[in-house]
Parts: sequence; C-alpha cells; structure tokens
Amino acid sequence: MGQEKVSLRKEGIGQTFSGVQESRDKQRQEILLHMEGMNKSFPGVKALDNARLTVRAGSVHALMGENGAGKSTLMKCLFGIYSKDSGRIFLEGKEVNFKSSREALDNGVAMVHQELNQALKRNVMDNIWLGRYPKMKGLPLVSEKQMYQDTVEVFEKLGLDINPRTIMSKMPVSQRQMVEIAKAVSFNSKIIVLDEPTSSLTEVEVEHLFKIINMLKSRGCGIIYISHKMDEILRISDEVTIMRDGQYIATKDAENLTKEEIIRLMVGREMTNQFPQKIDTVQDEEILRVEGLSAQYSLLNDVSFSLKKGEILGIAGLDGSGRTELLENIFGAATRRGGKIYKEGQLIDNACPKSAIGNGFALLTEERRATGIFSILDVKENTVVASLKKYMTFIFLNDKAMEDKTDEMINAMSIKTPGQKTKIRALSGGNQQKVIFGRWLLTEPDVLLLDEPTRGIDVGAKYEIYQLIQNLAKEGKSVVMVSSEMSELLGVCNRILVMSGGRLAGEVDADNTSQEEIMTLAAKYV
Amino acid sequence: MSQTKVENRQPADVLNWILDRAMIILIILLAIVVAILRPAFIRIPSIVNLLCLTAARLPMALGVAGCIVLAGTDLSGGRVAGLTGFISAILLQSAGTATRFLQGGQPLPVPLVILIAMVVGGTIGVVNGFCMGKFKLHPFIVTLATQLITYGVYLTVSNSKQVSSLDPSYSTNFVIKPLFEFTVGGIRTVVPMYVLLAIILTAIMWVVWNKTAFGKNMFAVGSNEEAARVSGVNVLFTIVVTFIIAGALYGYTGFIEAARIGTSGPSLGLSYENDAISAVVIGGVSFVGGTGKISGVILGVFMMQLIIASMTFLGISGSITYIIKGGVILIACILDMRKYRTKK
Repeated sequence: MGQEKVSLRKEGIGQTFSGVQESRDKQRQEILLHMEGMNKSFPGVKALDNARLTVRAGSVHALMGENGAGKSTLMKCLFGIYSKDSGRIFLEGKEVNFKSSREALDNGVAMVHQELNQALKRNVMDNIWLGRYPKMKGLPLVSEKQMYQDTVEVFEKLGLDINPRTIMSKMPVSQRQMVEIAKAVSFNSKIIVLDEPTSSLTEVEVEHLFKIINMLKSRGCGIIYISHKMDEILRISDEVTIMRDGQYIATKDAENLTKEEIIRLMVGREMTNQFPQKIDTVQDEEILRVEGLSAQYSLLNDVSFSLKKGEILGIAGLDGSGRTELLENIFGAATRRGGKIYKEGQLIDNACPKSAIGNGFALLTEERRATGIFSILDVKENTVVASLKKYMTFIFLNDKAMEDKTDEMINAMSIKTPGQKTKIRALSGGNQQKVIFGRWLLTEPDVLLLDEPTRGIDVGAKYEIYQLIQNLAKEGKSVVMVSSEMSELLGVCNRILVMSGGRLAGEVDADNTSQEEIMTLAAKYV
Repeated sequence: MSQTKVENRQPADVLNWILDRAMIILIILLAIVVAILRPAFIRIPSIVNLLCLTAARLPMALGVAGCIVLAGTDLSGGRVAGLTGFISAILLQSAGTATRFLQGGQPLPVPLVILIAMVVGGTIGVVNGFCMGKFKLHPFIVTLATQLITYGVYLTVSNSKQVSSLDPSYSTNFVIKPLFEFTVGGIRTVVPMYVLLAIILTAIMWVVWNKTAFGKNMFAVGSNEEAARVSGVNVLFTIVVTFIIAGALYGYTGFIEAARIGTSGPSLGLSYENDAISAVVIGGVSFVGGTGKISGVILGVFMMQLIIASMTFLGISGSITYIIKGGVILIACILDMRKYRTKK
C-alpha cells in the first residue's frame, strides 16, 4: 500500500516539471503494463502468490529476486507460455490475457528467454523472422530479399556486425544471444522482457546491449530486465521491483537503492557480505599436478599448473578461452592430445569420466540443465546417481541407504525441496545446483572441478555455495573453480589462473590483484 | 571452434570432404563397376528406365522427407498407397469388365479420382499429424498404428481381390501414355506421362520447402520446436499440414502405381515406405530434424533405384539386395551423424 502512495506522489511531482523535462517525464510516468493479484501454482509449489508489477513507458524496470522467487514465472504468465490461475494484466490500460506467445508478440510484448530458444540449424534471418516471414507481394511466398534487407536494417540500427545468412550453430553463444535480442527489438514491441540477457555476454557486448537498451528507452519502450548482477541492475534500471517466494515485496527507484538494500529485500534479512570471510585452508601437500595438457578437438594448448590440498584455485578468462576445456580434459570428458596428470605424485590417466571419478575427481558442469541435472528424475535419483555402487548389495540397490544419504545431503546443504520424490526440474536453480554438489560429495572426491558453480543462481544461494566450497577446502579437499564473475573469483579463491586463447596467460594471487590485471592477462593471446 | 581445428590440417580436410560425399562416391563406383561388367547397363533404355522408376518413387519420398525434417517419420506411406491404388483402380475399372468390382458402374473422370486418392491420403495424414502434434505421441508409434489400420481397411473392403482391366483413360491414355518415344539401336524407349507429373510435383515441393512460410516453419519446428512456438509459429498446424502433404503424396503414389503396374492387389505399395525412408536418409535428410534438401531427396531416390538396378544387372538375387539395402542405410546414417556429433 505504502508503495502505491509513493508512486502517486511522484506522478504529482512529475507534472510540476517544466518544458522538455516535463514531457519526457510524463512519457516515463505513463503506465504501460500493470499486473496485479497474479497467482500461479505448480504441483507442490506456489510459484506466484498475489504478485504484481507496474512498468512505465520509457523506463527500464528491473525485476529482482532469488531463484524461485517467481520472476520468470510472472513473465511467462505475461507472455502466454503459462496460463495464470488468477490475476489481471493491463497493457496500456486495457485488460489482456494472452493465450499464446503469438498473441503476446502481436500485441507488442516480446521476450528474450533465459534459455536461448533458437533453431540452430537455420540461419540468422530465418530465426529472426520466424513466425512472421515477409511475403512477396500478392504471392504466398517468402521474400528472401525483403528478409535480408530487413535483417541488415535491424542489425545496422543496433550496430551489430553479423551476416544474416550465417547458420546459428556456427556462431558463438554470445552472438546468438545478440541475435535473440535483435529479434525482440525487431518486433517494435512496447514491452520487451530480457530474462538474464547478459549471462553469456562478454563485457564489451554487455556495454553494447546497454546502448541498445537506452535507445529502446528513448523510443518509449518499457523494458523488464531480469538479472542477478547487481552492478548491472543499478546502472541500467530506473525502477526495481523485488520479489520473494512468489510475492511482491517492493518497488523502488533505482537511484536511491544500494546493493545491500536490494539483497536485504531479496533475502528478507540483513546480509553484509557477499562472500564468506576467507580463511587459510591451503596445506603444503600437493594433490594435483598437470603438465602440458592439450586437447585434441578443442582449444587447449600446453597448460601446466599444480594444486595444493585445501586450495581453492580460480580459473579466469573470457568465454571460449579454454576454461571449460581445461576441466573437461582433466576429467577425461574430452579427448586429450597430450599432457600428463599427477595426483599425489602418481601419474594417472583419467581416460574417461568413470576412471576420473575412481581417481577422486568430480566435475560440476557448466550448463546445469543440459549436462547437470536429469530433469525427469527425482531429487533422490539425481543425488545418488554418481555413487550407486555404494548402495549395492550383490546387484540390488538398497533403497533405505539411498534415502538416508539423500536426506543427509538435503540437510547438510539445506536444499529446499518438498521431498526426495520431487522431480529435480521443479526446484529452483540454486537448489538444483546444491543437489548436484550433493551428488559429487557422495563420491567422496579429493579434487572438485567446478565450472561456473553459481551461474544463474541468486545471491542468497550463491553465498551458501561459497560457504560450501570453503567448508570443503577446510576439510582438505581441493577445488578448481571456473567463473566468469571476477568478483567471485577474487572473493573466494586463493590463487587465480588466467586463460587466454586456450593457453595459460598467467597466474595471480587473489588477495593482491585487481580486475584490471586479470582482464589484461585474459586478453593476452586473443 | 571449427576454425581453430582447420589450421595445418589439410589431410583431415580432404578426408572430411570425401566422407561428406562418400555415399555418392560409393554409388558412382558401383555404377562404374556394373557398367564395365554389363555394358548394357549404361545404354539409353536402361538409363531411361532408371529415371522412370525414380520418378515413380519420388513423390512418396518427398512426402516422408517432410516428416523426417520435423524430426519425425512416417511408416504409413506404403499402405496408404495400397489403399488409394485400390480406390483408383475400382473407380477407373473399364465399364464392360465382367468381374467389375463396382458392378455396372462407369469409370469416373480421371482428375476427380486423383483428387479422391490424394484426399484419402491426406485424411490419414491428418490423423498422423494430429496425434503427433496434439497428443505428443512419437510419430513412429502413430504411423505404425495407422499403417496397420489402413491395411486392415484395405483388406476388409477389397477382400484381397486383384483389380485389373483398368480403363484406358486412366492407364494407357494418361499415366503410362508415352510422352515421347525414341528408338536407339533398334530398341524402342518410352518416357511415360508420370515422369512429367513427378517433375511438376517435385517443383511444387521445392517451392513449398524453400519459398513458403510453411516450409520455413517446418524446418524451424524440426530444428527446435520450442523456439518455433515462442516465436509465434503454430506448431500443431505446421505438423498436421506436413503430414497432410505427405499423405496426399502417398495417395498420389497409389494412383500412379496401380496404373503403372496395371493392377491393384494386396502387394501394391508393400514396403514402399521403407524404400522411401531409406532413399531420404541416403539423400542426407537427417533424422536429427531440421535439415534436408529436395535435391538430396531426388538424389537419394535415384541412388536407391541405381542400387536395385545394379543388383538386377549383376544377377544378384532379391534376397541379397535386402542385405545390401540395409547396409547402405547404416553407412549413410553413420556418415550423416558425423556432421552432428561434436567431438570432444
């Protein structure tokens, strides 16, 4: 209620401004989209509980909340992918209820989905105009010429240098993401929803995206921006709506907000630190030594490093610099061209993941949905899948033992799940990630290879994962952690290796380095 | 990633180039071997015959190719052709035939019968497409079921009877009417009407696949159904129409085959769907979905017929031909998957 009063008062102030300022502010004040009383339940979960959202024209409205707070669900209800249980949606004052994406798009609502939904075998322009191909005059045929021109025009306007005829699968993920954004823009929509648009963009591309967003803003579009990256939110947005557990918490002007305030509203409690206090866990004993590791089919050349017991080693680098490939090659999930791996001084081969697991390695993969979770299996099955042998009597699995171990993991990591029998896909990203951590901990590894362990996870859960990593180090386990978030590497790791162009560009001490130094190294062999 | 792989690896590139075209190369080699052993193989009459057979089988392959582009398949083709072949035959049996199936009737106009055959096929296509698109059944299961149902319907209605004595307006004056004929080395060679019809149908299908929004949607659905859906494509419609077109082409095939063979019986259309699917796969339309070209389908059907013809010329028995066909499909698929498998 208090919030409404605030916004009403602000409208009043807006009218007293003069000249250009007034008209621009008036445009901004105009309410484009209003959602209220939104409810949506899934079996076992109340995803939206009386949620609401008001977006003004010509503004960037950030939607924030921990994973599972209901942001994506709210947007999917708007976009016609989910049908809401109850609630009302007003677009420019008129009540709407889109039954399909098509209807939403036709009425000026476009969305860039968190998971890139693209026809990878088709080319760029086929993807951009999918569902609304330009026709030749008077014929039921698609005009390729028109399509090409239109695509070039859109790209020129946005300053993108992409050939419209390139097959999608031949482009890096970041470019595909930009194509998806260009597609949303090309609808000339009034409302554009960007769900985690920067998750796979490089910093230069993020800057580019912000320019595009500012352009859309000046056009009078309302942009709903979902992201976990606080700095981005504070920089780009005008207003911020915070959700928690499917409920509306607050809407505030971005300029009066601080990171701490947002975090407090999101998690519902005071959180002073983004990272747990670092403690010295590094022991003298070397656990892993890698010498001259090179990959056969991917970009990884002559990488050597060593890892001590209890050490948390960060791997920094740009997308495509060989970070993931390094982990996969150590774990035997990719074909090696050369190189040796020593564990506790012994030469091991880690020819395949199975042998790597036997040697005490664990790999938490980068893409949780694609290569982490078994989405149709339940929490228990996902937890025990890598350590089934331990619950085996002769050839039979012992259900009780598996349930006990799963319970142990659920409690140890405070995994929020209705039960062991819940399908893992029903959990939030952070909880899914914890289940996968549990899966690997049950294999009792000595070396944990973590590839983007906190990608797409909310602040509260991130902190818990950092804590978890630190606890593992304290227990004498060693961690190699790849991350695109530099602050995370600086905040959690002891030492950071920087990769560039498939090679090792340098090594820095996490406590005595800067983001600039790491960036410089990351660009060394590009 | 592929860019970095290319440098300093010319031998691998050559190997890849060859492997990408291995199917064509193998079959050309086969043709050369057969031509050396049996010179008659490359005389005009046998080549024309090969092209005619290709034309007869092409429409069904074009239909099933659409289903495979959707990352589906269609097993009903052969039996649909069997049914529509029978329908065409009884509607166009000569008026005076003693054992006329529809006693005392007159042959209907040929264009009307073509239409009926294609509508019957299209109707079965509706069932296939709807079950796949709406109930999310795997098309393998759906079309297996409709294959059985169609065959059952055919057997019940026809009583497994052979229907021959087809009206000249259907056979000799239309489907197998010589379009042009010529004599080379004393042998009379005929190019029949259905070759022209196949060319026209292929041209239409090329336009549908490459130049219409429906065609592009079909590829998009095959490549990523969810992407198509959130882009506003009517996925169900796209699937159903793809299967309708396929069904109509099977119906047309039945119409042509009854006249081409001169009779309709329980064996008409037998395992045509297998030949069509094999040809399509050899032609590079991948079961992965979302890829394929009309030119590939034509080439696939041609190569399939070339293999069969080669076996005949070499005097290899039909039993062995099955083994060879199966082997060819396996090799074609292995070569095809190379393109989609990312090596790590």
